[in-house]
Amino acid sequence: MDKLILINILIMGGVAATAALVLYFVSRRFRVEPDEIAEKIAAVLPQANCGGCGCAGCADFASTCSKADEESFAKLYCPVGGAKVMSKVAAIKGYAAADKKPSVAVLRCQGTCTNAPAKIVYDAVSSCRIANQISVGSSGCPNGCLHLGDCVKVCRFGALSFDEKTQMPVIDISKCTSCGACVKACPRGLFEIRELSAKGSLLYVACRNTQKGALARKNCSKACIGCQKCAKLNPEITVENNLSVIPQTIDAKEWGAQLSENCPSGAIIYREKINA
Amino acid sequence: MPKTYTFPMGGIHVDKHKITSDSSIEFAGLPEFVTIPVKQHIGAPSKIIVNKGDKVKVGTLLADFDGVVSSDVHSSVSGEIVKMEATPNANGYYETMITIKVEGDEWEKSIDRSPEVVRDINYTAEEIVQKIRESGIVGMGGAGFPTPIKTTIPEGKKAEILIINGIECEPFLTADDRLMQECAEQIIMGARVLNRALGIQNAVIAIDENKPKAIAELQRLSKLYVGVNVRVCRTKYPQGGEKQLIRAITGKEIPSGKLPIDVGCVVQNAGTTFAVYEAVLKNKPLFERIITVSGNACTNPANYRVRVGTPVSYLIEKTKTDISDVEKVVLGGPMMGTSITNIDAPTTKLTSGVLLLKGKEFGKKYQTNCIRCGKCATVCPAGLRPFAIKDAVLYNGGVAELKELHAMDCIECGCCAYSCPAHLPLLDYCKLAKQELRKK
Amino acid sequence: MLKVSTNPHIQTNRDTKSLMLDVVIALMPAAIAAVLFFGVDALRVILTSVAACVMFEYLACRYWLKCGNTTCDYSAIITGLLLAYNLPSTMPCWMILIGAFVAIIITKICFGGLGCNIFNPALAGRVFLFISFPVQMTVWPKPYFLQMFSPDGETGATTLRMIKSIGKAGETSQSMYLLNDLPEYWEMFLGNTGGCIGEVSALAILLGLAFMLYRKVISWHIPVYYIGTVVLLTSLLYWLTGNVRYLPLAHLLSGGLMLGAVFMATDYTTSPMTIKGRIIFAIMCGILTVIIRAFSAYPEGVSFAILVMNAFVPLIDKYAVQRYFGEKK
Repeated sequence: MDKLILINILIMGGVAATAALVLYFVSRRFRVEPDEIAEKIAAVLPQANCGGCGCAGCADFASTCSKADEESFAKLYCPVGGAKVMSKVAAIKGYAAADKKPSVAVLRCQGTCTNAPAKIVYDAVSSCRIANQISVGSSGCPNGCLHLGDCVKVCRFGALSFDEKTQMPVIDISKCTSCGACVKACPRGLFEIRELSAKGSLLYVACRNTQKGALARKNCSKACIGCQKCAKLNPEITVENNLSVIPQTIDAKEWGAQLSENCPSGAIIYREKINA
Repeated sequence: MPKTYTFPMGGIHVDKHKITSDSSIEFAGLPEFVTIPVKQHIGAPSKIIVNKGDKVKVGTLLADFDGVVSSDVHSSVSGEIVKMEATPNANGYYETMITIKVEGDEWEKSIDRSPEVVRDINYTAEEIVQKIRESGIVGMGGAGFPTPIKTTIPEGKKAEILIINGIECEPFLTADDRLMQECAEQIIMGARVLNRALGIQNAVIAIDENKPKAIAELQRLSKLYVGVNVRVCRTKYPQGGEKQLIRAITGKEIPSGKLPIDVGCVVQNAGTTFAVYEAVLKNKPLFERIITVSGNACTNPANYRVRVGTPVSYLIEKTKTDISDVEKVVLGGPMMGTSITNIDAPTTKLTSGVLLLKGKEFGKKYQTNCIRCGKCATVCPAGLRPFAIKDAVLYNGGVAELKELHAMDCIECGCCAYSCPAHLPLLDYCKLAKQELRKK
Repeated sequence: MLKVSTNPHIQTNRDTKSLMLDVVIALMPAAIAAVLFFGVDALRVILTSVAACVMFEYLACRYWLKCGNTTCDYSAIITGLLLAYNLPSTMPCWMILIGAFVAIIITKICFGGLGCNIFNPALAGRVFLFISFPVQMTVWPKPYFLQMFSPDGETGATTLRMIKSIGKAGETSQSMYLLNDLPEYWEMFLGNTGGCIGEVSALAILLGLAFMLYRKVISWHIPVYYIGTVVLLTSLLYWLTGNVRYLPLAHLLSGGLMLGAVFMATDYTTSPMTIKGRIIFAIMCGILTVIIRAFSAYPEGVSFAILVMNAFVPLIDKYAVQRYFGEKK
């Protein structure tokens, strides 16, 4: 009986010892030096893994940050965390953070089913990319919203929702992190990442149509018709391809109300005080 | 029973609906205005060489080819150019088109309008290619690849066989069928012209089994011409696909990403061959083509000889169809054609059919879950697995996975989406996959 | 207003529902055979099972999945029929209910419903019952042709169990006595033998197979390769050992092989999607079946073999790639 116990102990001990040895050597052989800085950076990142920074995910961004020198670090920016997170990251690295104003995504189309009534019925898979390929879209505007919500599917922060009434996506600005996923998803490039002005207001042209005024107007009542009225008010504004371009340098607070009131088609949108 | 040829991999049998195969080709007449797009081919848009207000005749050059892959565009009517601007095409997108107000029907003097068949070819290969180029001929099967490029053999390659594609595997379409019945000799002469251009002696005309009259006519005539043979192919979709046809006739498979010439084949559509005949031996540029107007919502289905640029709506009126009855207008066949949004859009060199469809049969059906039956993989003539491509697209498989699935080899024939019992839009996913791959 | 959609603009009429209906029709001969041989008891088992499966499917789709309702596409009826076919006619109704619950709710709906399940629902239900209630699941009433009520409730062993015990016992007098008890092959073929209600009649199943092949519901690969592998391997074993327990024809005609190879292994959802994958799957099923039948304690191995191979289907799907057009052979 004693012998049996002894044999058992020996066998179990032997197995344990071998396993321990194997584990020891394996861990020595495949040891990865932990990147402490990257770990610290990763801890302050939002961990949304959205890819808005251009890296594969938050861990990738952290290691890129940790490897970056002062010059390349200035180019790195986490759009989700914004200036707050970046200043923390910068503190870890000891460098200055990239200076970027808070920004949000804006939808540059107002082609709702009332503004741009449907002329055809779309009867295929609900994907904007496919719809864009096979037809101009229900309203006839070659640059307008296709109403199928590819953007809503890619938003990881719940900032985009689909409004069944207007058949358009709606941006919840308080949730938008300006990661840029919707910008990439929209086959017609209807989203733009817009900086908020110092006082948190927003000014943009809610149209992408580059057709001549009459043609654009035919399909959508809120289309930018390239009338030059805004350009006359503020010389910084240009009209390219029948489409008004409002540069970021124009102070939204100062010009917003005036520009949006004077736009004859209501394509210029001004929003005061957004708490992003 | 003579031997029939076919391809072994995949393919489906679809209902034929060939209601117009016995109605002879009629001239559609001249509309009030024609709108001629300057890009009716793959490649660079042509350079416009006329001005607004110019008077043009039938066959006058409107736009010159610009770059290697491009094509000439000719006027299809006589009259005055009234507009040259962005006009909505069939999909509703805007592209540059030349609008001509029709005045009479005056042809360029150089065009031989006599009905006799010319049987002598007194041109060298270079002259033929030059003439084809000047006549603006493109592949009329639907792809619109400029023909002069196909007839010029690249350095180091050798053409062994010319295949005339007389297969119309798409339901409804009978344009090529009628053309082969009525103009068989011209097509054979066209094949001989192409043979001369390619420097080879033999041509094979491939027709599918369900065109007995065209087969009989061509077989009778081919006995008179040495080197021209008729091959009967089994009625199966997509038998008319270039790769599938070459596999059926020669037994050779074109490897992924390669061209027919890499296996020594040149394939030309029957309509294109006819256009080559007219261009080279009759001096007539490509400005009209045969279009089948058909479909279950069409009251008087017919085959029309239509001038390029004639509005689709003109053809619909011509058949006396009430447009409010029609649910869907499709350019091309029901398998690969595109449904259009703008019926005022012009027909082009590539329009083989105008289908007016209605009813449940031609609508999208209710989608259910994939039941993993594997039908899509069995019917795919390219040997792909559409179900896997679908998953890769839906769950962001990435470029590497799509490449591994050979998504780029999809010929967009639609067999998978046709035969899916869950009615999943598998072809759409394959198209998305190809888009994704092209981006990178 | 014109409709715009992607090509193709025509789609086949052979939708899921029509394919499933064809399978239900193909299963009918076996149901008739079951009623002929086992009387109203068989009818009771079939009806209970089908009703339970349809009910569970309906309830789950309505209150849980809340997506498209798949009750109307006959898939639950197929599961119910197959589950019933895998049970002996004496099975109590409440046990059938449990089996149906496991089949529909646990193996099908929990994975996401139609098309998403990894294991064949009917087989999972059967194996669950087999392990939970081994006694009830291995009582085989003797068939009485055209007698609606079995007169004495006499039971016997299945052919496979008989040959297994004969093989084990060797050529003793008792086993020789058993050997005389073995049904004739034509009896096995017609179904006049003990066993689960749906699997006894090879003829009925073959009729179903012929119908499914005619309607192009399934390809011939899985049944042929599966049955072929089993026949080949048992012949080999019989030839090597000369033992009665490896009698190839007995293996072919009795037990669940026919039913399994024709209706269970060919289930779309739980079998590979390419022809190449299906061949691999069928051969592996055959090998496993023979191994289980020959070397394990169980006389029957089809359900386990198919369930085990079901788990390998995603792997097979990943690697059994058909030849791409233009690729070298």
